[in-house]
Amino acid sequence: MSGQTQDSSGWLARLRAGLARSSARLGQGIGALITRRTLDDAALEELEDLLITADIGVTTSARLVAALREARFGRDVTADEVRAALAEEIEAILDPVAKPLVFDPARKPHVVLVVGVNGAGKTTTIGKIAKQLKDQGLGVVLAAGDTFRAAAVEQLQVWGQRTGCPVMARETGADAAGVAFDALKLAAARKDDVLLIDTAGRLHNRTELMAELEKISRVLKKLVPDAPHSTLLVLDATTGQNAHQQVDIFSRMVHVDGLAMTKLDGTAKGGVVVSLAEKYKIPVHYAGVGESAEDLRPFSARDYARGLLGLPPEG
Amino acid sequence: MFDTLSDRLGGIFDKLKRRATLSAADVDAAMREIRVALLEADVALPVVKDFVARVREEAMGQEVIRSITPGQMVVKIVHDALVETLGSDATELDLRAVPPVPILMVGLQGSGKTTTSGKIALRLKEKERKKVLLASLDVYRPAAQEQLAQLAAQAGVASLPVIVGEMPVAIARRAMDVGRKEGYDVVILDTAGRLHIDAGLMDEVAKVRDVAKPHETLLVVDAMTGQDAVTLAREFNEKVGITGIVLTRIDGDARGGGALSMRAVTGRPIKFLGAGEKLDKLEVFHPDRIAGRILGMGDVVSLVEKAAENFQADEAEKLAKKMMSGKFDLDDLLGQLRQLRKMGDIKGLMGMLPGVAKMKKQMASANLDDNLLKRQEAILLSMTPKERHAPDLIKASRKKRIAAGSGTSVQEVNKVLKQYEQMAQMMKQMKKLGKKGGLPPGFGGGMPPAGGGMPPGFGGGFPPGGFKF
Repeated sequence: MSGQTQDSSGWLARLRAGLARSSARLGQGIGALITRRTLDDAALEELEDLLITADIGVTTSARLVAALREARFGRDVTADEVRAALAEEIEAILDPVAKPLVFDPARKPHVVLVVGVNGAGKTTTIGKIAKQLKDQGLGVVLAAGDTFRAAAVEQLQVWGQRTGCPVMARETGADAAGVAFDALKLAAARKDDVLLIDTAGRLHNRTELMAELEKISRVLKKLVPDAPHSTLLVLDATTGQNAHQQVDIFSRMVHVDGLAMTKLDGTAKGGVVVSLAEKYKIPVHYAGVGESAEDLRPFSARDYARGLLGLPPEG
Repeated sequence: MFDTLSDRLGGIFDKLKRRATLSAADVDAAMREIRVALLEADVALPVVKDFVARVREEAMGQEVIRSITPGQMVVKIVHDALVETLGSDATELDLRAVPPVPILMVGLQGSGKTTTSGKIALRLKEKERKKVLLASLDVYRPAAQEQLAQLAAQAGVASLPVIVGEMPVAIARRAMDVGRKEGYDVVILDTAGRLHIDAGLMDEVAKVRDVAKPHETLLVVDAMTGQDAVTLAREFNEKVGITGIVLTRIDGDARGGGALSMRAVTGRPIKFLGAGEKLDKLEVFHPDRIAGRILGMGDVVSLVEKAAENFQADEAEKLAKKMMSGKFDLDDLLGQLRQLRKMGDIKGLMGMLPGVAKMKKQMASANLDDNLLKRQEAILLSMTPKERHAPDLIKASRKKRIAAGSGTSVQEVNKVLKQYEQMAQMMKQMKKLGKKGGLPPGFGGGMPPAGGGMPPGFGGGFPPGGFKF
């Protein structure tokens, strides 16, 4: 486990570096705001603005600031106190939803359906998860269910070569549900542990495309009644309040078990995850903070919240 | 894309318009609501603040407070401010340079650069008859080069053959060489997605820029982007220098805040909107029309343009004359229905009409679709020419016959007749207004009159009483 610790601190550093860039503004903003003043109305309003620019959303930002006002209004506060207080609030919201994705080895295979809008990072996320599972010694099969986008199949096949996982694929334009079905048969025959099914990116307001997702799920159930065992919604951290609609509609069409937040290494903070946690209580499984496979990690509420506010990592 | 924002603002305006007088407190309350509506649409905070401050200042002015329709005035102020924020004129690609004209595509991962490159290639080939070469500089994402090659094939344009292991700057150089030697008009350089803070990759794209000397550098941004849109647009503009923006995925239900933020932040125009996965789904960005859509005033100009493409001029003229004379019979309604059906998908058209956003739900419950038009046409065709000319003739027994003949019901026949009456009524009003030179009430806030070849009463199948101009 010592290797793990070192590794995870390296990852923490990257998460912090990523969030720090975004939070540099948030953190410094708070610093500039608070250092020499009491927490008055003007300060609170500016604080609210800073939270809004982190995509936390108008309502949640207002609520966070209201909590702060109640506790400390009119007092002299330092920037660090404000940061710590806000980080704790946010951590408290996120803590119940920060749950890693657990693969059940008894299922052979544990079927994971990966969904999301175009460009969220589904295929890349699958590649990274596959790499990690392979490194743990698990047998993994990939299904190239994005039969729509040009060269999406080839993209997943490259990941298959890199990770040494068999890829079930047909030509572009083929029926995605059929690919998923064949992949499930293959994985079951090989007694592999995990099947990761890629799907075409789809905007959630396109009813016919959402119906296609339902079909994939339905077809899988013909072979394995409780499949897919997990449905992962991949969410781009640069997304703003539209993430709410994404979660809402994807959940209605297929049962979404959890989220993977990608691209947290940019300046975008993915603050919308805070209001998503409040509203939908939907688990957040992964946070992606970089290009390499180990940059995809279980989501930690505390690390995320502290990173967001520009606080130093602990221990 | 703008539906939700449009709904929100519509609600705020309705409240304003109902008031005979406006106090400073009323304006303040409305501004707070506008602020929230814009923020929830992901308009960047600095842009929101600036926008609200500007509108508030004008709305507090004496002429508004004292005017007889202060609410309308505020709506107009918001409209004007929107247009100003969005930019006033549509800006197309500038290709006035020595060919091959290089176009550089940049943006974050997953923003839609490659698909957009394919779309622009198709557009240049089809609309401007250009010989286009597509070149992928994305050597990082697996199969990205393959993706562009496939899109090029779909668009029927050439793509630069891939040399495995070649790096982006070298590819750019080779693409320009091939462009020159083989006489291409335009070379589109599709780069890898990169974070604007990734110093190495930003440096690389700057080198590509120095080699290719692009005439246009387009930043591709996802319409669902949140507050970070400001940072990324600014950084790309500072580090690479952009000449325009393409906003993608506007066919989603994002509220379109990016459209408002981008220009304000970069000072560069939005040139195109990407509205679907198919290669022909690329629209030129018209700021004034978008402002109209956001405010629920519809996009009458686009509608008229679309109409003009499909309307036969003589027919339209005949209809216009009828309108002005105040005479309008069921034959004319039939003519309109047919014209309308030619224009295509009715829901798409409806979205362009003023005030329609508010009645979306009503429309859905009325099950408004193209079949409805067909049924109405059948009803009209089951009438005798005499009946169509003098609708007053149609009484109970005739209605039964018409219903049976068209395979519909008497209620549906009644609906068509009622609709006809409403339209005839509207024609009379138009005639009066035409004389006065004013506008129908719904058109407040600086919209162009919907005159031209387009008669009112597109109301092919609107639920009775549900639709008023």
